[in-house]
Amino acid sequence: MIGTLDPKVPPGPLDQKWRSHRDHSRLVSPNNRRKFEIIVVGSGLAGASAAATLGELGYRVKCFCFQDSPRRAHSIAAQGGINAAKNYQNDGDSVYRLFYDTIKGGDFRSREANVYRLAEISNHIIDQCVAQGVPFAREYGGLLANRSFGGAQVSRTFYARGQTGQQLLLGCYQALCRQLAAGTVQMFPYTEMLDLVVVDGQANGIITRSLRSGKIDRHAGDAVVLATGGYGNVFYLSTNARGSNVTATYRAYKRGALFANPSFTQIHPTCIPVSGEHQAKLTLMSESLRNDGRVWVPTRKGDRDKPPGAIPEQDRDYYLERKYPSYGNLAPRDISSRAAKEVCDEGRGVGPGGRGVYLDFADAIKRLGEDTIRERYGNLFEVYEKITGEDAYEVPMRIYPAVHYTMGGLWVDYDLMSNVPGLFALGEANFSDHGANRLGASALMQGLADGYFILPYTLPNYLAGQMGKRPSPDAPEFQKTEGEVRARIKKILGVNGKRSLDSLHRELGLLLWDKCGMSRHAKGLREALATIPKLREEFWSNVRVLGDGEDFNQSLERAGRVADFLEFAELMCADALERDESAGAHFREEHQTPDGEALRDDENHAAVFAWEFQGDGQLASPKLHREPLHFETVHLTQRSYK
Amino acid sequence: MNFLLRVWRQKNRQSRGKLVDYEVHDISPNTSFLEMLDILNENLLRRGEEPIAFDSDCREGICGTCSLAINGEAHGPDHPGAVCELYMRKFRDGATITVEPFRLGAFPIVKDLVIDRSALDRVVQAGGFISARAGSAPEANAIPIPKHDADLAMEAAACIGCGACAAACPNGSAMLFTAAKVSHLALLPQGHPERDSRVLNIVQVMDAEGFGNCTNTYECEAVCPAEISASFIAKLNREYARARFRRSMGQ
Repeated sequence: MIGTLDPKVPPGPLDQKWRSHRDHSRLVSPNNRRKFEIIVVGSGLAGASAAATLGELGYRVKCFCFQDSPRRAHSIAAQGGINAAKNYQNDGDSVYRLFYDTIKGGDFRSREANVYRLAEISNHIIDQCVAQGVPFAREYGGLLANRSFGGAQVSRTFYARGQTGQQLLLGCYQALCRQLAAGTVQMFPYTEMLDLVVVDGQANGIITRSLRSGKIDRHAGDAVVLATGGYGNVFYLSTNARGSNVTATYRAYKRGALFANPSFTQIHPTCIPVSGEHQAKLTLMSESLRNDGRVWVPTRKGDRDKPPGAIPEQDRDYYLERKYPSYGNLAPRDISSRAAKEVCDEGRGVGPGGRGVYLDFADAIKRLGEDTIRERYGNLFEVYEKITGEDAYEVPMRIYPAVHYTMGGLWVDYDLMSNVPGLFALGEANFSDHGANRLGASALMQGLADGYFILPYTLPNYLAGQMGKRPSPDAPEFQKTEGEVRARIKKILGVNGKRSLDSLHRELGLLLWDKCGMSRHAKGLREALATIPKLREEFWSNVRVLGDGEDFNQSLERAGRVADFLEFAELMCADALERDESAGAHFREEHQTPDGEALRDDENHAAVFAWEFQGDGQLASPKLHREPLHFETVHLTQRSYK
Repeated sequence: MNFLLRVWRQKNRQSRGKLVDYEVHDISPNTSFLEMLDILNENLLRRGEEPIAFDSDCREGICGTCSLAINGEAHGPDHPGAVCELYMRKFRDGATITVEPFRLGAFPIVKDLVIDRSALDRVVQAGGFISARAGSAPEANAIPIPKHDADLAMEAAACIGCGACAAACPNGSAMLFTAAKVSHLALLPQGHPERDSRVLNIVQVMDAEGFGNCTNTYECEAVCPAEISASFIAKLNREYARARFRRSMGQ
């Protein structure tokens, strides 16, 4: 049976919904706020900004992160920038345009009202960050500088060198530190959430494990906020940090929260290719390189092992320029990634394993001089040299697409609350704003919008009815959930087989990359759905995890996360199979235009797919709920970049 | 490539640690140092020995989690860069490599190569922030900031909080870390209302956490992955003197 979901979007014209909703939401008075305990899991842009802001307002907050300090959350690695509709460049930007670009970039698979609110709030975020001392780039006159980014015709991206994520996160971290000093927020670093506690249908707490001592604890709260990031590491290799994982959101899913659009994964075209089996993660090279670099592979298969300099001009295929003459090397992320895969599948890829394409700066150096290129991209060339040992001023870079961001996440309503009352999801952990493809410089914007400016208004709307209802952590539901967490740890340690975690995780990653990566088809997805349970069985019968649960044990931490990935992978493939259309990053080979572009099916699939867990025996057949997407303001069009 | 690794093993904070020898074979020069440790850990697991505990996360030099001293040098020989950005091609084939945690009283060892750097968080909590409540910020372009000041603030703000500066310092001083935070905020007009109290409180906590004093050896600057300049320490000293003076004048 298929249910229909209500996102509780407020009535009224699009540009007045958020204001009118705030005007009519319930409040919690200042002297009552300290009576509420809020659990925030994750300390990236969304989690740290939420924890700090709620602390400021007077709530008692507990914030958890698995890193040794909240400052290390993976938001820190974001390079490019953050969008806002300030129109400081006087180039015609507006809230509406930022909203429209984001909806279109997402290939019309996100919720209009949420995206509009995001665009509205974007300007407040810049104000807030500047007030906190975020050292954004400035012009000589002292005003803030902007640059352009993909998917927009205006300059609206604010940046702090190539370290925008770092500076924004340090802004949140410092705001959080202020609250830690004030005692309104209590920090639990090196602590992982292992389960959600649901009491009478409401999210009322979590079970955690200290990664330092192995101690299992219960924490009760009036609401639980998950800001635990994305699940790109299900692919084993991605640009995510080593620790990034799906456990918190997947555990919430198993306790009843709906998981929306899990198959929507952004694969970034410009990453350093895999160099061998030892590799543990992939590194992104900023997309800006494509402004001056030309992408090519040899025209003939036989040339692929020749040094690039030995391949004359007429034997090179500048395939992006050939296929997309008007956008050329600056074709959007999803399209460039698929084109690279295509030429490599034809056997024309370069470098180890034939999984790479050249990004060549020779022409740009000839035209502009090496100094100009060094000035523009010097730091990126250095990173490339460190990792590959090659000098990209002399030989072309080799690049290949890699998993970068996940648009899917827990289903949330307009208030960012999941279908489980009291459970909220923020940032990359929710699904709400990016549809089937995220535009550059929008992830930072969303994380901060959720934490600084949305949750502080929508959380009281829920809490106002919850006064005095927080259960004790000794309640039977807590005991039961804790017991299940302990049993699972015992089970993992009890397998005592022969295979290492990495080998199993790598095998899962390769399978997903092949069947549920840059392009998918029904047959491949069915094959993946048949293989994943076998891998899972292999895990539970043959994995080797040493040590014990009551102590510092990094293998055990990772084993729990891999076990969840092994289940989650099935949900991803089921979603990709059910979405019988192509949209943004989700490219179903059966659904393409005659020239190979994504072909949406707006009539049948203009909807969010949200999945409900049906029990361990039915991991491949969760229950589907659809949230139809109503477009009242924008007109749905086919994207074209020819 | 083949290497002999001498790795610090220590069960927990209380127990005594020691260097243990491990051989690794057939390592590709394109392997990162931490990936080489991953490979060693896989081998240990196969033999039924406990893997070596070490921390890392982003593995691209920005999160500041990794904290190893290689042959006694914080973050190893390839400066500037965190140890996660170090590749095996930087070593001689057959080399003996000593791997230890950052060693510093203020960073106690948790296990093997994992240390507790919460002291750095407490330094920031003492005042390394600007009190700006969400909702009350003025328009972002209301206060123009000269490009030079903004750029300089960014250079200080680039600190990744790894603690290598303190680990490399013969005095165990965290002055570079502290100076970077104080300078970043003092260089911006937004940071001025709390300028005096910030530097006085932060220095007090830095001392209380057991970090030493600066004697201008510049080891900190040499190992800093974010290339923070030691001249910010001079800025910290000026800020401190200024605040003490103003306070003594009753301001």
